[in-house]
Amino acid sequence: MSEVENIPVTMTVNGKKVQRFVEPRTLLIHFLREDLNITGPHIGCETSHCGACTVEMNGMSVKTCTMFAVQADGAELTTIEGMANADGTLSALQEGFRQMHGLQCGFCTPGMITRAHVLLKENPNPTEDEIRMGISGNLCRCTGYQNIVKAIQYAAAKLNGTDFQEAAE
Amino acid sequence: MIPGEFEYHRPSSVAEAVAILVKHGDEARPLSGGHSLIPMMKLRMAAPEHLVDLGNIADLKGIREDGNTIVIGAMTTQHDLIASDLLASKLPIIRETSELIADPQIRYLGTLGGNVANGDPGNDMPALMQCLNAQYVLTGPDGDREVAARDFYEAAYFTALAPEEILTAIRIPTPPAGHGYAYEKLKRKVGDYATAAAAVVLTMSGNTVAICSIALTNVADTPLYAADANDILTGSTLDADAVKRAVAAAEAITEPASDGRGPAEYRTKMAGVMLQRALARAAQRAQS
Repeated sequence: MSEVENIPVTMTVNGKKVQRFVEPRTLLIHFLREDLNITGPHIGCETSHCGACTVEMNGMSVKTCTMFAVQADGAELTTIEGMANADGTLSALQEGFRQMHGLQCGFCTPGMITRAHVLLKENPNPTEDEIRMGISGNLCRCTGYQNIVKAIQYAAAKLNGTDFQEAAE
Repeated sequence: MIPGEFEYHRPSSVAEAVAILVKHGDEARPLSGGHSLIPMMKLRMAAPEHLVDLGNIADLKGIREDGNTIVIGAMTTQHDLIASDLLASKLPIIRETSELIADPQIRYLGTLGGNVANGDPGNDMPALMQCLNAQYVLTGPDGDREVAARDFYEAAYFTALAPEEILTAIRIPTPPAGHGYAYEKLKRKVGDYATAAAAVVLTMSGNTVAICSIALTNVADTPLYAADANDILTGSTLDADAVKRAVAAAEAITEPASDGRGPAEYRTKMAGVMLQRALARAAQRAQS
């Protein structure tokens, strides 16, 4: 077989409508990074283990290395580039990662933040266990997760309008 | 990690999807959640020339009650299964099992139909469906037929599903209220397949077991329904001797591979340990 026809896809990415013709075998991560120049979602393992390519799609967290771009036709996507507040200030999660040192090398961070964003939408008051299970599809090789969990707790507290109490160690 | 070329189809009805499969025969593959097929395509271990995306067929999604049967559409995701109040009250073992599959991102897309139809011995749902005596609805050019989960699996990746058929729904007889249940899975990390796992559903009548159903995951080429172990436990009081004999009977039917999850002997033993734990937890939960 040769010369497969390219297919038109339309999706809303970070609030902006985009339309492109793509080869059906194009993975969503490649479409985002190479066609749209949205390089926040990272390619880590490319085998759906590490979660660095995670974005929000229609209210779900998905690994964009294990989806074809054509499957996202009509979808609404939010990447790390769309996470900041409308006025450009850091979102509660971004602020949490900054304040709690939730990143070191930063490679996993776009996936961690977009994943935690959906987690907090579904469960605004997660326990520590629920946070750990909630981000169990995202690998971090630097932090040991401790500060990532704190960053998410910080964001949850801020979004709920309560004081963040760091647990005694 | 770029898959081979294929032509993409996105039908909006089952009939349309079946027609595409009929036209292209075994050059076509249906795509559900994609978390088994797409990794295989990226490795070029699967190279379908036609991919039939079932994601746009609304009829394939949803969970409903039909008399004494729970009917689950094949494209219902593990995330949907976990969120379902109907399943939480009637078939809580489905949530318990779903939460042990892969990770949150994958559960948003991975489907029950894909999990059971793929024939991967590592998948958790096939053994659970055997334990629950589920029927699979297979839709082809001549209409629907039903095949029991206990008869569906022939070998690794070989099932009773014909190339022009789509597994469209799973029908599960609702177990009696107050039944005990447990899915015990040993795995090395989140996202791993089972080293061994056991599904148990039982009902108690006073101190004795009235009905018992056991199935095992990833300790053979196919999921294993443990009929002998069920017979040993039915009518017993789950006393230590009966449990020991049932565990031995279950271990006897295993035929695991030696691989990164451990040598075959170890995995057989772990199947026994998982069964023992599942029995204890199911008995604790059962109302007599």
